[in-house]
Amino acid sequence: MSQLGLGQLQYALAAVLLLIGLYGMLVKTNLARKLMAMNVMQVAVIVFFISLAVRSGGTPPIEIAHGAADAAYANPLPHALMLTAIVVSVSTTGVALALLIRIHRRFRTLDEPELLDRLRE
Amino acid sequence: MTQHLPILIVLCPLAAALVVPLVARVSARAARALTMLATLSSLVCAVAALRVALREGDWHYHLGGWAPPWGIEYVVDPLGGGMAVIVALLATLVSLYAGPHVRGLSSLRGAAFDSLFLLLTTGLLGIALTGDLFNLYVFLEVSSLAAYALLASGGERAVVATFRYALIGTIAASFYLLGLGYLYALTGTLNMADLAIQLEAVPPGSAMTVGIVLLVVGLAIKMAVFPLHGWMPDAYTYAPPPVTMFIAAVMSKVSAYALIRVLFFVLPAGDAVETARAVLSWVAVGGVLAGSILALAQTDVRRMLVYSSVGQMGYIVLGLSIGNAAALTGALLHVVGHAAAKGCLFGAIGSLPRQTVQAEIGGLAGAARRAPLAMAAFTIAALSLVGLPPTAGFFSKWYLLRGALDADAWLFAVVLLVSSLLGAVYFFRVLEQVYFVPDPSAPDTDVPSPASPPSWRMVVPVLTLGAAVLLIGLFNGVLVSSVIQHALPEL
Amino acid sequence: MLALLGADRPLAAVLVSLAAAALIRLVGRWPTVREACTFGAGIVKLGLVLSMLPTVLDGGVVESARLTLIPGVTLHLRADPLGMLFALVASTLWLVTSVYSVGYMRAGRYPNQTGYFASFALCVSATIGLAFAANLLTFFLFYELLTLATYPLVAHNRTPEARAGSRKYLVYTLTAGQALLLAIVWAHSLVPGGEFRPGGMLPAGVPSGTVWGLFGLFVLGLGVKAAIMPLHGWLPAAMVAPTPVSALLHAVAVVKAGAFGILRVVGYVFGVDVLRDVGADTLLAGLATTTIIFASLRAFRETHLKRRMAYSTIAQLSYIVLGAAVGSVAALAGAMFHIAAHGFIKITLFMCAGAIYTESHRDDIRQLAGIGRQMPITMGAFALASAGLAGMPLLPGFISKWNIGLGAMSTGSWVFVVVLVGSGLLNVSYLFPIVYDAFFRAPHGTVSPERPSLTVPLAATALVALLLGIAPNIGVGFYRLAWSAATSVVGGADAGGLP
Repeated sequence: MSQLGLGQLQYALAAVLLLIGLYGMLVKTNLARKLMAMNVMQVAVIVFFISLAVRSGGTPPIEIAHGAADAAYANPLPHALMLTAIVVSVSTTGVALALLIRIHRRFRTLDEPELLDRLRE
Repeated sequence: MTQHLPILIVLCPLAAALVVPLVARVSARAARALTMLATLSSLVCAVAALRVALREGDWHYHLGGWAPPWGIEYVVDPLGGGMAVIVALLATLVSLYAGPHVRGLSSLRGAAFDSLFLLLTTGLLGIALTGDLFNLYVFLEVSSLAAYALLASGGERAVVATFRYALIGTIAASFYLLGLGYLYALTGTLNMADLAIQLEAVPPGSAMTVGIVLLVVGLAIKMAVFPLHGWMPDAYTYAPPPVTMFIAAVMSKVSAYALIRVLFFVLPAGDAVETARAVLSWVAVGGVLAGSILALAQTDVRRMLVYSSVGQMGYIVLGLSIGNAAALTGALLHVVGHAAAKGCLFGAIGSLPRQTVQAEIGGLAGAARRAPLAMAAFTIAALSLVGLPPTAGFFSKWYLLRGALDADAWLFAVVLLVSSLLGAVYFFRVLEQVYFVPDPSAPDTDVPSPASPPSWRMVVPVLTLGAAVLLIGLFNGVLVSSVIQHALPEL
Repeated sequence: MLALLGADRPLAAVLVSLAAAALIRLVGRWPTVREACTFGAGIVKLGLVLSMLPTVLDGGVVESARLTLIPGVTLHLRADPLGMLFALVASTLWLVTSVYSVGYMRAGRYPNQTGYFASFALCVSATIGLAFAANLLTFFLFYELLTLATYPLVAHNRTPEARAGSRKYLVYTLTAGQALLLAIVWAHSLVPGGEFRPGGMLPAGVPSGTVWGLFGLFVLGLGVKAAIMPLHGWLPAAMVAPTPVSALLHAVAVVKAGAFGILRVVGYVFGVDVLRDVGADTLLAGLATTTIIFASLRAFRETHLKRRMAYSTIAQLSYIVLGAAVGSVAALAGAMFHIAAHGFIKITLFMCAGAIYTESHRDDIRQLAGIGRQMPITMGAFALASAGLAGMPLLPGFISKWNIGLGAMSTGSWVFVVVLVGSGLLNVSYLFPIVYDAFFRAPHGTVSPERPSLTVPLAATALVALLLGIAPNIGVGFYRLAWSAATSVVGGADAGGLP
């Protein structure tokens, strides 16, 4: 039972991270903070997927105990998927940071309302 | 070689994207030629593969020889193959169109432009052809990342807008991925065909509903449906003309394709999908009306075109939310017709001399004399978006109306017609300037002024698209009965 | 090309002027060649239409090949009596107007004549296309094409006023087009293919609510071009166009397309009986009589010659609508014949107005005193046409009115007869003072001599009008065509009048 509870905790963690991320992206006015919030949100997705792979009492998929039939090792596929997702997330962050640098060089600020004011001129 | 056609469609631009920066160090001309060659060969492969698929049934290609559900498969069916042909055709035309723009850049930046453009093409083609939902996510992000970079090359205003786009796009992708996680947890598969079969057996429950909602919302955001279109006007307006032309023409269409694929070919029919479609229908109505009204309020032609896109995407969403055969035919025909028409419109505006482009609608006065061919194509495309016969837009509207009436959805029919009228108002406002207001800087004569006509590299793609709009309209019967009909889901 | 001309004459008749439009664009630098294209196409087109006439007069139809547009719906042309009548009027008058246009545009030194002649050719293509349209979609395609091709003509002068007029024109016609489209799509969901059938295409047992809704949309869609009040606002505004445009398009092609459409819809979509059963004919008749009376009264208040004629057009068009609403054979035949009768009369009047403007630069009625002595041919034709419009015997307006009145009497609707007579009187009183002043008051100012390129066409149409009034079947047999169409629609149930 305790393990089931642990599983639920992981999902709860994912949900909390997701909400933190979304909150940050929607509410924060500083673009850099928004970017960090975006990263938090992406981590939430990764946590969610990894949680899917967990099997109670399972081993890592590289050391499969002989004799134990199915369900004895963690599902490797979500891990593989998330490796790709991490690559995507890093690339997105990279591009977004490059954009931020250009914005900062030109406008000397990353505050969204101020930027929008400047753009309206 | 021919048995690998489906993957070659995607590989051609991908390989070229990697090679172009190297080639550009030796010869910028060769890099350009390679870009055009890559998109063209992709187009040839796509057409060939689609023909095979139409003749012999869906073509399932197992990547690396691994059969699904373990391996990733590429599927050329009338829907995906048709989409790939549209993307490849637009990419080919835009790679020609981009010539004057790239020549104006340094060789390093020019190569970066071509490389990113090819990556974007790769991503969009991949979305159209993949039979795997996670693979679709990867291609979605490949295309988005390339699009961020391309859009941001348009200057400071574009950079701010692109950053907002990147945030929203990432939210969308994360939603999509989360939804995918739910479906994967329920079925243990990511292959579209396999998932469709497995989901049939899963009893409806909250996990499935959440998964479906997240998936649909994610894709809808990627489509920039109303009210999530806020980043579009700035990003499209300030981006370089070839970028706007390509992205405005195909990017949101490909997302629409993904939505159709997921809604009608993967998810099981049931309450959750019905609810999603009902919500989408209201989003569509809002988009159609808001897009048209906001377009009316614009004084910059490109911004006007962007808002018109918001409305036109509403047509497509409306078609798939009505969801009967006629409405879906209309939605798919509109995907084709609007891709050609919007590409043509942005292309024509972008082909005008720079000082004209910066100006407002009034700056187009007398443009018909300066660029008669480009403006003729512009006119045809504009008529298509208004929905006047015999252009493509009229016939897609016909099918959509038919679908709405078949479903007794009178409100939707009226919304379509009202938005057509609003479209007529904002497009004829521009056409009046183009044709009937004399150019203040040129004497009014019957002879066209020879001053700096647009480069043929820009005029040819624009004219091709203009002609396509007309031909798609006149021969929509052929298109519908030979491709679109087979692309419809079984209802 | 020749094989096509021989094999598929209805289509060829449409394509000839379409090709001419493209050709005119290409050779625009050489005005003489350009005008030769217009005349050549006009003659070929008239020849093609005439070549189909014997078949149609013998009770047959000439059909074109069906080109699939939408699965189940084709682009299909068919020369039947009603379509033939309209096509004959349009192609004859195109030729006449072309001669007149060349004189008018050159005399007035108008800019951008190439665009003018190209759009003109396009308009005529559209008109012939919708005359021969065999189903609803084909009709709609050409109906909208007509709108688009006319728009540049209305805006031709490029002045802010011209652009405002053209905008108003577009708003009215495109809005109507959307209503028509909805009606047509709806009709298609009831009748696959939407093919016109004499006596009505709708299947039996369509609920009366559907008939009402559908008919309302059709009337809304077609009523704008037919200038049924209160949908007429664009017509006076569109009078800013050069006079030949007003003559051919706003007296013949565009407005007649609307009236023709109403005849098509009443006779070939619903059928007279279906409309009578639900009472929709009363609505149409009410709209028509209101329009006749109000437009005739309104014409008095206009002192601008072309605008006064615009209101007269609005009233005359509603004769056709009234004939359709009455729905007996005689009334329908009268209405159909009125397409030809009013066409020849009104184009004469407009060409006179244009000639007056070209020679004297006057367009206000109060300035026309004595002009009849300076321009005897023009004002002579004007007088003749005015009498024709008022419905004087021995002129064609009389024949159409007589038949419509006869039809009304046979259905016991005396009120329509009163309206017809009353509006005739109104016609006399708003047109004849102009004629009187022109001939019997002293001239003032100088007027350049009448030039033959303007007087020959207007004299010719006036002469045709006179001949049509004396012998309505002379030449191409407009009257026979009208009767044959009317009997096919009603099925000869209550024939009467002057066969």
